[in-house]
Amino acid sequence: MTPPTPTSAAGGPATPLQRWLAQARFETATILRHGEQLLVALVLPALALVVLALTDVPDLGSGRRIDVATAGVFALAVVSTAFTGQAIATGFDRRHGVLRFLGASPLGREGLLLGKLGAVGVVIALQLLVLGTIAAVLGWRPAAIGIVPALVTVVLGAAAFLALALFLAGTVRAEGVLALANLVWVLLLGLGVLVPTDELPESLTPVARLLPSGALGDGLRLSLVEGAWPVSQWLVLLVWTALGGAAAARWFRWSD
Amino acid sequence: MPAVEVIGLRRDIGAVRAVDDASWSAESGAVTAILGPNGAGKTTTMECLEGLQRPTAGSVRVLDTDPWRAPAAHRAKVGVMLQDGGLPVTTTPRRLLHHVARLHAFPGDVSGLIQRLELDRIGGRSIRRLSGGERQRVALAAALVGRPEVAFLDEPTAGLDPHARLEVWDLIRETADASAVVVTTHSFEEAERIADHVVIMHAGKVAAEGSLAEVCDGRPLEERYFALTGGGRR
Repeated sequence: MTPPTPTSAAGGPATPLQRWLAQARFETATILRHGEQLLVALVLPALALVVLALTDVPDLGSGRRIDVATAGVFALAVVSTAFTGQAIATGFDRRHGVLRFLGASPLGREGLLLGKLGAVGVVIALQLLVLGTIAAVLGWRPAAIGIVPALVTVVLGAAAFLALALFLAGTVRAEGVLALANLVWVLLLGLGVLVPTDELPESLTPVARLLPSGALGDGLRLSLVEGAWPVSQWLVLLVWTALGGAAAARWFRWSD
Repeated sequence: MPAVEVIGLRRDIGAVRAVDDASWSAESGAVTAILGPNGAGKTTTMECLEGLQRPTAGSVRVLDTDPWRAPAAHRAKVGVMLQDGGLPVTTTPRRLLHHVARLHAFPGDVSGLIQRLELDRIGGRSIRRLSGGERQRVALAAALVGRPEVAFLDEPTAGLDPHARLEVWDLIRETADASAVVVTTHSFEEAERIADHVVIMHAGKVAAEGSLAEVCDGRPLEERYFALTGGGRR
């Protein structure tokens, strides 16, 4: 029990890019190895896709059902990873002092946030790949001219939900984050994520359109089903990103 | 110039004055032990030195740098072991240590550290499933893997069995050959075994500071400690 040990002082930090990539890789691996996160990020959206594709309920409005359903499930995947998964993971990392430890390391606070951003991007890309493959098998045919605006919608949606996740994770105790993040995930399913806001009860439609869930779901449906550029939905998502980001910057606490 | 300087440090947390006009320093090549009852201000002082808390008044300098919002180049020279570990529980010790090593340009030998701290047996196990003592050793390894010039170790041997404690003491002493090591502890034996320099805190203030011989002044450390902090055996 006494082999060599590093003791002499030396060295500096890895380059910023190396640090951020290392953190993104570490966070991505942590998400992909975590059963509960995989359940929310992949298994439940895949189940939702199959159920929506093979049944007639709920009513998804005009357009081929599988196309509308796939766009909604993509939105669900973004919400699951950028919001629910990140809020819970960050909330518990805060509780366990991980944010403070990594904040004091060469990674720092900026590196930690950039690493999360990178991990969310990689996981969402994997989700879209897997869910898109399942959807294609079920007959999904997206509007080719809608791919670019759909990608923009995904990026803006992920930014908005990640900002809100960090706000929640940085202000509420871990157990509260767990409960709230799951509750919000369930509520958002019915507020424009899976079902178009036009198909919601009349009183809910205007509210849902102003929520990030409605903007993300409708934006993806407009892009992928109709090949349109959902500019008003992008504006809604940008406003939520700004609000969530400002709130997180103002109230995020690094320790529980 | 000392590697670590605490100069008239005051830190208020809400209405509580956690540290009150504390001044002391720590040299490279030495182990400095901070002792004091719970709530004496040890961890708050450490967190100011780690850049995790901002002094309300006074200042702290680490390697002649203000650690609050210090750049990555500074943080790479500083190893931190938090009192509550700061370990992500969903990964394994081996993955964590390799990850922390990747944040440094010239990290230490991760495998050697794993072997030295007897983490090889548990290196692939989820941190969530480790005992308190095992987590302590992982946190210590994470603090030292970057070969720091200054290491802040908050209660590094809390919860360790006697064998592991001896090994950790040896490792701390070796680390101090080329670095400044600051540890907080409640163990008189630990301070007497590893410390070159001792700071005793009480109610946020420095009650005594100096070499072990200076602070003890010919009496056992335990006796001096209780005389300075009040209480002790009846």
